[in-house]
Amino acid sequence: MNLDFGNEYDKFRAEVTDFCSKHKGVQLTGNLFGRYETIKRSRSSNSDGETMPLAEWQKLLIENGYFARNIPKQYGGYGGDLDIVKNVIINTEFSKAGIPSGTGGQGIDFLVPTLLEMGTEEQRQQYIKPALHLETIWCQGYSEPNAGSDLASLQTKGVLDGDEWVINGQKIWTSTAKYSQMMFCLVRTEPDEPKHKGISYLLIPMDAPGIEIRPLVDMTLDAGFNEVFFTDVRIPATNIVGKRGEGWLVANKTLVHERGSLGDPDKMITRLNLLIALMKNETMNGERVIDHPVFRDRLMKIQGKTLALKAHGLRLLSANLNKSQNVDLGIMIVKLFGTEMRYELEALAIDVMGELGTLYEESPHIRDAGSWQYAFMYYLGLIIGGGTSQIQKNIISERGLGMPKAPKIKEA
Amino acid sequence: MYFGLSEEQQFFQDTIAKYLEDNVTIEAVREYAKGDNQRFADDIHQGLVELGINNLIIPEQYGGLGLDLLYAAAVSQSLGAGIAPVPYIGSYVMAPLAIILAGSMDQKTKYLNAISSHELHFGFGATEYVTSRENAGIVIDGNTASGRSLFVIDGFNASHFILTTKEGTIFIVNADDPNLEVIQLTTIDKTSEISELILSNCQIEVLEESINNTSIIERVVDIGRIMIASDSLGASQTMIDKSVDYSKERKQFGRVIGSFQAVKHMCAEMTANIQPCYSMIWYAAHCQDNIPEESRLMATHTKAHVSDVASSIAKTSTEVHGGMGFTDDLGLHYWFKRIGLNRQLLGGVEINREEAAKVQGF
Repeated sequence: MNLDFGNEYDKFRAEVTDFCSKHKGVQLTGNLFGRYETIKRSRSSNSDGETMPLAEWQKLLIENGYFARNIPKQYGGYGGDLDIVKNVIINTEFSKAGIPSGTGGQGIDFLVPTLLEMGTEEQRQQYIKPALHLETIWCQGYSEPNAGSDLASLQTKGVLDGDEWVINGQKIWTSTAKYSQMMFCLVRTEPDEPKHKGISYLLIPMDAPGIEIRPLVDMTLDAGFNEVFFTDVRIPATNIVGKRGEGWLVANKTLVHERGSLGDPDKMITRLNLLIALMKNETMNGERVIDHPVFRDRLMKIQGKTLALKAHGLRLLSANLNKSQNVDLGIMIVKLFGTEMRYELEALAIDVMGELGTLYEESPHIRDAGSWQYAFMYYLGLIIGGGTSQIQKNIISERGLGMPKAPKIKEA
Repeated sequence: MYFGLSEEQQFFQDTIAKYLEDNVTIEAVREYAKGDNQRFADDIHQGLVELGINNLIIPEQYGGLGLDLLYAAAVSQSLGAGIAPVPYIGSYVMAPLAIILAGSMDQKTKYLNAISSHELHFGFGATEYVTSRENAGIVIDGNTASGRSLFVIDGFNASHFILTTKEGTIFIVNADDPNLEVIQLTTIDKTSEISELILSNCQIEVLEESINNTSIIERVVDIGRIMIASDSLGASQTMIDKSVDYSKERKQFGRVIGSFQAVKHMCAEMTANIQPCYSMIWYAAHCQDNIPEESRLMATHTKAHVSDVASSIAKTSTEVHGGMGFTDDLGLHYWFKRIGLNRQLLGGVEINREEAAKVQGF
């Protein structure tokens, strides 16, 4: 066991902390993705620093190598080495200083790595830089009304007509669709092939004629999602990543990444510390909630889980640096463990506030801008989205533990 | 940066696991549990001593291997996994640690060498320092001590005992002392040795450094907690492995039950819960020697969290086995009961979480 990253990183850490202290308290303006971003941001920094538009901050981070660090310069990244330790140092120091890290989103988190791996040179040149610099916002068109957990049964059709794809169908759960200029989309282009082999990965401009976006209001009362309808939408035949019928393969490369990213222990610890602060402030009959033995025990339970997740994060990081370590099972459990636990944490905060915990929106007496109720519901969404907890359990048991798949039953 | 067991630590752990796999059959455990086969437990104890479990953490100058707590935790996991009916946590981790931390030069030379050469071994009693039940407790008067200690660990054939007062003073008493009464307690877990000691003016040797210094008993108890958590981790993993194997063989409704999502999801949940426990235990053990500011918090939380996870695995894995899980024939209950005992030793989950809160000043 050796938790040192080594002296060679001391200088790098010093540079990062220097940057952090220079920009401590920075307030970002502009809002790309709706209310949750605003709430998160209002909680993450104090208000006495400089103000800066979101996109400008993003560029500053990239220039300094604190975002898009290992994406080549020619595509608008920093062009640094792929060094996960440096990424860890950046995350840790930013989170310590309470300054906002770079803005991700579906385009940056999922499309960019996909293009780097499977895109053509032309596609990389065209799409990566504007995505990183927040000039082009991307949304993900995967789920359909009849293709949720069983995503590969999706039916949105793409037919090649000359040098154009003609697309018809419907997508759902498309977050950020109304803010987006582009969509990366899974479309059935080979209807005669088996379901996993009949899908292509297409890039669709959201202003193409025939696209209709209808907001889908979720339980938080945000229109965080949308339905997107396609009626004879025409896009160039070249707007495809990978070959025809390879879409499932292309998409799966990044789904793995999505599931791993939902259990970030640093964020959990930050949230836990806010919960502790809340429990020290809130009172019942004049006594602090944290002094109440039952509430304190519940807090300790969550803290125990958080510390387990934190240690687990170190194990996953270590396996990334030391190829002899096998953590396949350890990776598979992160989405399930992380989202369920976060939901439990937010639920405790609501109980801590009692009746006050039910206040919402702009109500008098509301605490922390309503972020606890909001996140409580938001995380229920995350338990479902990106592969439900039940799908995660199928993956863990089938791929991780080698348990047999359920036998197929014939359609009734 | 390297987080986890080193190759050497894994090798050591695997050696212990392999030995137990080859020598501890469920039939032998069952006989031993009935009280019919003490010889079996003695043989296993002897075999494990030959592999070095007794002198693992003792410094080389006292005849030990001088290995760190991560080794000790790794071994503990194997003992729990293999349901080894032998003394370990009290005799070979907590006792030598107490002597290393609080003993005089003479005491270290005398006792540590003797543990290393397997001439003697200790039972360890710290229950009353954590939580006294039935008002048990021991009072020291000069060179003698009187009172009662409950749930002394590893005491069945011990030559000596290490005990503590409620104030945390640690002392040694000889098992041959005519004023000492040793009563074997029968717990659910027949693979562990739990005793009650009654002292009536017993001659004692105090470990001087522990007087007015609770940090020593705290550290010994915390390390004991990590070891117990690791024992439960091993036991839990065995129960999961048995469940997965069974679910791939047992057929109902014309298919193996492991193809039903209800069963798969039980196994997946157990896996999701246990995976972070490995890291938590390793990190907690690492903190003891390397990150003192987190060591108390991690030890108390690890004992509580792993106990909760283990208890739920004990239940769920038994359910995966259906009616068979409930039988003595299958013997799954030996792990269930070991987890059940471990959960309460050195403080149950509420006690440990309350300590964790206090450590942070809540």
